[in-house]
Amino acid sequence: MARAVSTRRTVFFTIVAWIIALVIFFPILYTIITSFKSETEAIQGFNLIPSGTVESYAAVQAQSNYFKFFLNSVIISVGSTLLALLISVPAAWSMAFSPTNKTKDILMWMLSTKMMPAAAVMVPIYLLFRDFGLLDSRFGLTVMLTMINLPIVVWMLYTYFREIPGEILEASRMDGASLWGEIWYVLTPMAVPGIASTMLLNIILAWNEAFWTIRLTTTNAAPLTAFIASFSSPQGLFWAKLSAASTLAIAPILIMGWFSQKQLVRGLTFGAVK
Amino acid sequence: MNLKTFLLGTCSAIVIAGFAQAETLTIATVNNGDMVRMQTLTDDFTKANPDIQLEWVTLEENVLRERVTTDIATKGGQYDVLTIGTYEVPIWAKQGWLLPLDNLGADYDVDDLLPAIRSGLTADGKLYAAPFYGESSMVMYRKDLIEKAGLKMPDAPTWEFIGEAARKMTDRAAGINGICLRGKAGWGENMAFLTATSNAFGARWFDENWKPQFDQPEWKATLDMYVKLMNDAGPQGASSNGFNENLALFQQGKCGMWIDATVAASFVTNPKDSTVADKVGFALAPDTGLGKRGNWLWAWNLAIPAGTQKAEAAEKFVSWATSKHYLDIVAAKEGWANVPPGTRTSLYNNPEYQKAAPFAKMTLDSINAADPKNPSVKPVPYVGVQFVAIPEFQGLGTTVGQLFSAALAGQMTVDDALAQAQQVTTREMTRGGYIK
Repeated sequence: MARAVSTRRTVFFTIVAWIIALVIFFPILYTIITSFKSETEAIQGFNLIPSGTVESYAAVQAQSNYFKFFLNSVIISVGSTLLALLISVPAAWSMAFSPTNKTKDILMWMLSTKMMPAAAVMVPIYLLFRDFGLLDSRFGLTVMLTMINLPIVVWMLYTYFREIPGEILEASRMDGASLWGEIWYVLTPMAVPGIASTMLLNIILAWNEAFWTIRLTTTNAAPLTAFIASFSSPQGLFWAKLSAASTLAIAPILIMGWFSQKQLVRGLTFGAVK
Repeated sequence: MNLKTFLLGTCSAIVIAGFAQAETLTIATVNNGDMVRMQTLTDDFTKANPDIQLEWVTLEENVLRERVTTDIATKGGQYDVLTIGTYEVPIWAKQGWLLPLDNLGADYDVDDLLPAIRSGLTADGKLYAAPFYGESSMVMYRKDLIEKAGLKMPDAPTWEFIGEAARKMTDRAAGINGICLRGKAGWGENMAFLTATSNAFGARWFDENWKPQFDQPEWKATLDMYVKLMNDAGPQGASSNGFNENLALFQQGKCGMWIDATVAASFVTNPKDSTVADKVGFALAPDTGLGKRGNWLWAWNLAIPAGTQKAEAAEKFVSWATSKHYLDIVAAKEGWANVPPGTRTSLYNNPEYQKAAPFAKMTLDSINAADPKNPSVKPVPYVGVQFVAIPEFQGLGTTVGQLFSAALAGQMTVDDALAQAQQVTTREMTRGGYIK
């Protein structure tokens, strides 16, 4: 009897999980479907069966240099992730293993910067970028995205590091490990799942960031978000082309997410159940 | 050759190479068909000017406006040529954000620019932007449906006739709506149409002392007519329809009439995209007998921001892109029907263009009928037919547009929408210092 209840429960929760997954994935699925419609079909209303035309992909390819934008997206998202990790691993280590009575306040303050609307600091940031010659540069955008995502990266790593028993680090110190050796040879290997999932999440966040990447670039450093933005038109049908551009822009990150989902889930649930 | 000579030679070569390096112009633009076409035809310009290279930044209209505004206001210098609308030109010229176009070249023929378009781009006698393409608004209608309704569309219809025709043409069972009009909220969406239409009813945004006029009977008449007509003869969900949605409906044969930008004429008569291409007729925007028609005036223009370091090269490009020569290039490669319309008198005198574009005469008449300096029956303190050329209008227009869109959707009454529009506009104009 208990077994029957358990099976029913499993089936129920599986169905619920599938429904939730479908609801979450549906906008992406519909974008992909729309990209295979003609412009007239695309604006006609809800329709799940496209005619299968690839004319929008051809038009997008003819109108823009996809690989230039793609390369910028890769450089900016990977670069900002590595830079963020370089700063946040020692920071999170310090907060997790040598906390002071202000550590929680500092963490909260870091997180509070994420609550500030980006538009509110648009002009000061733009002026800083202008004065330092960083407008439309990959380096400038890498620094910007590092700053934006740093609070989340520090928070995530702090949470993972807190799960690692301090005794292991103490033992390594007893064995004569230096501070850097302790972080590099003991802490990092143990926190690999956490660091990897933080890295993946940060790449996704940086890849999808649209406010600053559109506003601080023109031609040289413009990533795929700017590529998508260029296909919206005030006079003329554009939904199919915009969907094709969006599909091309999200495809690399979707594929990366697909292949690394085990790692991502493992990292995100690390220490969640004790 | 000794070492000294070698080093000197190398240094000179580097310096010369540096000077000979091409200058790159960054051009900010929107994703319109004519703009996209221009990007494929620039070989002619770069061949004649091998020292100038072109880089394009294409953005969504509102993002472009925001980005360019930020860049100009902070003197970021990211752009050398801007694509801006008729709304921005007088405001930005007044701010000193744009360079006057004084050196467009001897054969540019500035007097060939359509007077109505040119006047909107001129401040203190100087041209601050060159029109790339211009448009007004007009009635596009199905000749077969109006005939079936037993009516004949006059060249210059009244709103009374349009209302009668729309109701007679409506056949909900066959999926035909008598009329399709903009309903989507936005200063450049429903408010472009409604502001222009209100002129024909004698309404205006402000009186001579900048007092909002939404509490006057003219606005009530405008909005009452619009909401009733759309309820009787408009498509379902019209409050979400903008230019593109109505274009799709008309092309699919679901609209008896559509009053919108003249630039749509080439889309609805293109048999590749339109199922009703050979059944479309054109007429002037309607009036109510008060002496003003509801046809707007708009142009996408090329301008040079004051912060650019490459003004000379930028002006060369602007001159090329808005010249008669460019129209000839498009005609030779894409046909006369595809040349950017609405900027030059000579285009409308060209028999080949008249033959290729059956909407040419109506477009020219519509543009000529628009008067941005005297848009309404009563005097106004502002310039603009479908907009008010003050910086506050973008925000105000969109807020009022949301109220009118809600009235169309039945979420509030016409009287409530007008009362709230009056309240919001009065508050903002007082805050802006227009009302003392």
